[in-house]
Parts: sequence; structure tokens; C-alpha cells
Amino acid sequence: MGGSMVIGQYVPGNSLIHRLDPRSKIIVIFFYVIIVFLANNAASYGLLSAFVLISLINTRIPIRYVIKGLTPVWFLILFTFILHLFVTKEGEVIYQIFTLEIYSGGVKQGLMISLRFGLLIFMTSLLTLTTTPIEITDAIEALLHPLNKVKFPVHELALMMSISLRFIPTLMQETDKISKAQASRGVDFRTGPIKERVKAIVPLLVPLFVSAFKRAEELAMAMESRGYQGGEGRSKLRELKFTLKDYLIFGLFILLTIGLIIIRQ
Amino acid sequence: MNTPLVEFTNVSFRYNEESPWALKDCSFIIERDEWVSIIGHNGSGKSTIAKLMNGLLFPNEGEIYVNGTKLTSETVWDIRRDIGMVFQNPDNQFVGATVQDDIAFGMENRGMERQLMIERIQSSLEAVEMTEYRLIEPHRLSGGQKQRIAIAGILAVSPNLLILDEATVMLDPRGRAEIMATVAEVRGAESLSLVTITHDLNEVAQANRVIVLNKGEIWKITEPRQLFTERTALKNMGLDIPFITSLTEALKERNVDIQNEPLNDKELLEELWILHSKT
Repeated sequence: MGGSMVIGQYVPGNSLIHRLDPRSKIIVIFFYVIIVFLANNAASYGLLSAFVLISLINTRIPIRYVIKGLTPVWFLILFTFILHLFVTKEGEVIYQIFTLEIYSGGVKQGLMISLRFGLLIFMTSLLTLTTTPIEITDAIEALLHPLNKVKFPVHELALMMSISLRFIPTLMQETDKISKAQASRGVDFRTGPIKERVKAIVPLLVPLFVSAFKRAEELAMAMESRGYQGGEGRSKLRELKFTLKDYLIFGLFILLTIGLIIIRQ
Repeated sequence: MNTPLVEFTNVSFRYNEESPWALKDCSFIIERDEWVSIIGHNGSGKSTIAKLMNGLLFPNEGEIYVNGTKLTSETVWDIRRDIGMVFQNPDNQFVGATVQDDIAFGMENRGMERQLMIERIQSSLEAVEMTEYRLIEPHRLSGGQKQRIAIAGILAVSPNLLILDEATVMLDPRGRAEIMATVAEVRGAESLSLVTITHDLNEVAQANRVIVLNKGEIWKITEPRQLFTERTALKNMGLDIPFITSLTEALKERNVDIQNEPLNDKELLEELWILHSKT
């Protein structure tokens, strides 16, 4: 477990971005994802990149770690670039391999789209890098709160999310235990044709599901005996509070948006 | 004024119509500040009693009173405020993402003030001696530590009765000792009645009274010291006799005249010294 996948992996820290209210982070990132599409020239992309870069530096998470963790996504970005390189037929031909012609517009378009893609990924992974999953859950519960009015079960959804998060390591340990137990009985998970390997997963999944249901039942009983009756009349230990730094970030973000609108063509 | 904390009158229960009675015609009371141990082999109905006490199950026949209030589907939520329960599996009762969130869960359900919650979390963590674990996630705790957090979560809402439903079964001997020590200490500090449910005779020694269940019926309600003299009957019910009790029995067979039934190694040693000074 652990691995190099950064998406969804929290890196503890005490930077300004770590300490921001998770709601502000979600709001800013949400609108950032929208305004990225406003950029259409080098200057506007430069401005957006600067914003991401400064945020990234502020978190004090080693940039090499972030880049390494995003390895699977790099392929996707590269693929997008190559696709645009060959498909876009604008501007003048700058290179020719046999019948394939590469246009200057293709290079430009490819670079821009890849950069846009990269910015989106960096920005969104900033959220998960600097915010614990439980803070994200709290923020989602708070942000979705208005939906309560239309009978959307916001509290239940948040509780479900936080319980799933809480049980991920437990179920991981259990999977590990069961796969070892099955391997010792001769189930082969690693070799053989794909079809055989998929089949070998069945004796892993069945006991895992059985025990997950049993856990769920026991957990429900424990929660009930501790007085859980749903979201009504419940207080919360974890508290979300907007402070000066959150308002500063909002201000900064509005300036960024205005700046972007001015310098775009 | 002096109503017992819990009263069972002729309670019978079965899980469904066709199945045999899990519990048959049980009557007993639990007094305030008392430590009662419920012991029985597997399937003797001991966990059923615990679940009946806080309304996770309702009796088919008979009545249950807690604090003088009859347990019905209307009163069940009030009664649950008075009764805290720790279950067998340490993992499946840990709700929060961190230790402090889990302790807060019961208080959040009661709609307590945030400031009060923070104070209570601190004091209940002190009671189970785990203050430095406040922000730790559950998968980094041992089974015994998780059970102590479960106890802390219950202490935080200060109930009158704490039920431990085989809370030590899935723990290693060290974890078991930790829990029993925590429980004894907590009971000393606050006025708290205790019901411990177990199939291990070693764990009943500290209790005030013992309820012995056999096949869904109450076989005997007695004191631990008295209980240990009935070795053959206990063995026949499939309960393991503690080592000290077996040793005492073996000594008696060899005509070593031990007067009082010892509950632990210290008491046996004491008896042997008394005997030694007599001869």
C-alpha cells in the first residue's frame, strides 16, 4: 500500500494553504477550473500557471514528489499533445514525416491544451494534497447544506463518506489477510492467463463482502446504542470557520479572474 | 427512591417464532454502583441479555425496567442515554475518523455544546490514560487501545451503567489486562454500575455478583467466591475453571485444608501461609 499515486494522498503540513478552510479551497478550485477555459494566449496562461506555481510552492510539498505522483497522468497529457499535433491543421507546415504534416497551429494548440490539462490536474491535486479526506467531507457537507431544503440527505451522505474513509484501511488489511489465506490454499493471483487471474479474485471477494456486511450490521448496532438517530438535533465537534486568510484568498482569486479577463484576447 | 438500576421480570426472548427460546423466564435486578458479571457458555443467551437491556432487542414476554422506567419503543432513546455498551469487535464499533471524533460521536448524537465536548474528550481520555492519542486514526491503534477508546466514548456521555459485552474476547492477554485495569479504575473514580458479559471465569473474580446462564435460563445468581466452589457443575456447563481454582481443588484432594475459596494467586498464597503457621 502507499504507492506513488498522489491523487487522494494527504501530505501533512502547516502552510497557509493547509490551514485554509476546506470550503474556501473547494470553492476556489471549482472556480479555477472554470476560469482556466478563459485563457487563450500566452500571457493569460502565464498568469494561471503563476497562480498554481505560487500555491504549490506555498504548500512546501517537494515539487518532485507531486510530479512523480502524477506519473499516470503525464501519459494522458502527452497523448493529448500528440493528438492535437496531428489533428489540428492550421498555420503553416513546419515539419513533414512522409505523408504526415505538422502545422504550427497544431504545436500551439497541443501545447495550450496540455498546459490547460496540466493546470487543472495540479490545482485539483492541491486540494487532496493539503486537505485530509475528513475535512473534505465536512466541507462538502457544509457546502451542500442548502440542498437539505429539497430533502436531499446531505448529513447521511457525509456520514457515509466518512465511514467509508474510516473503513478503507480496515478493509485493506482484511483483503491482505484473505489473499494470504487463499494463497496458502493454492489460489494463484499472480500468474496464468488473465481469465484465470480474474477467476482467482472470486474467492477473495466473497469472504470480503460477507465480512463487510457483518461489519456494517455490527457498526449500525454500535451507533444505535450510542444514541445515533440521524442528523436532526446533532451537534458537531469539528467546526469550519472562515478567517481573514480565507477572505484574502477570495480577494486574490477575484483579482486573478479580473486580470485574466483583461489580458485575454 | 431506592429503585434498582435495571430490573428484569420474567423476560423471555427468541429471535423468531420457530427458533427455541434464547432466553427463558429470566428475572434479576442490578443495583446502583454494583458490578455484576454475566457468565455462560456460547449460546447461553448472555449477549441477548445485554441487547435487551438497552433496547437493541425487545422481549417477547416479561418486562424490563431501567431506572424505574419501563423499556418500550417510546422510552428506548432516553434509556440508551443511561446505558453505554462496549461490543466484542474493536473495529466494528469505531465510528470516527480519529480518536477524538469517535469519542465525540455519542456526544454529538445528544446535541452537546462544542466547548463541553472538547472538555469531556480530554477528561475521558485521561480516564483511560490515552491523552496522547487524541488525533490518531483507528488503524494505527491496537485492539486493546480501540476498546479503551470505546470505553472513553461512553464515559464522555456519563451513563449510569456500562455494559461490556465480551469486550475482551478478541484481544491478546495484554490487551485484556489493560481493559480490566481500565474498567476497575474508572469504576473507582465515578459512580458507575458495571455489567460484564464473559465466558471466562477469570474475569468474574472482581465482580460483586455473578449471574450464571445455562441454555437461556438463569442457573444461579451468586457471589464469585461461592461460585468457584461449584466446580463440577461449572465444568459440566462447559466453562473453563481458572487455574487457581483448579489448583485449590487439587490441593484439597491431597488433604491440604484450605478454608476460604481463594479468588486469585495472592489469596491462595495467603491461605497457604495461614495453614503453614498453624502446623
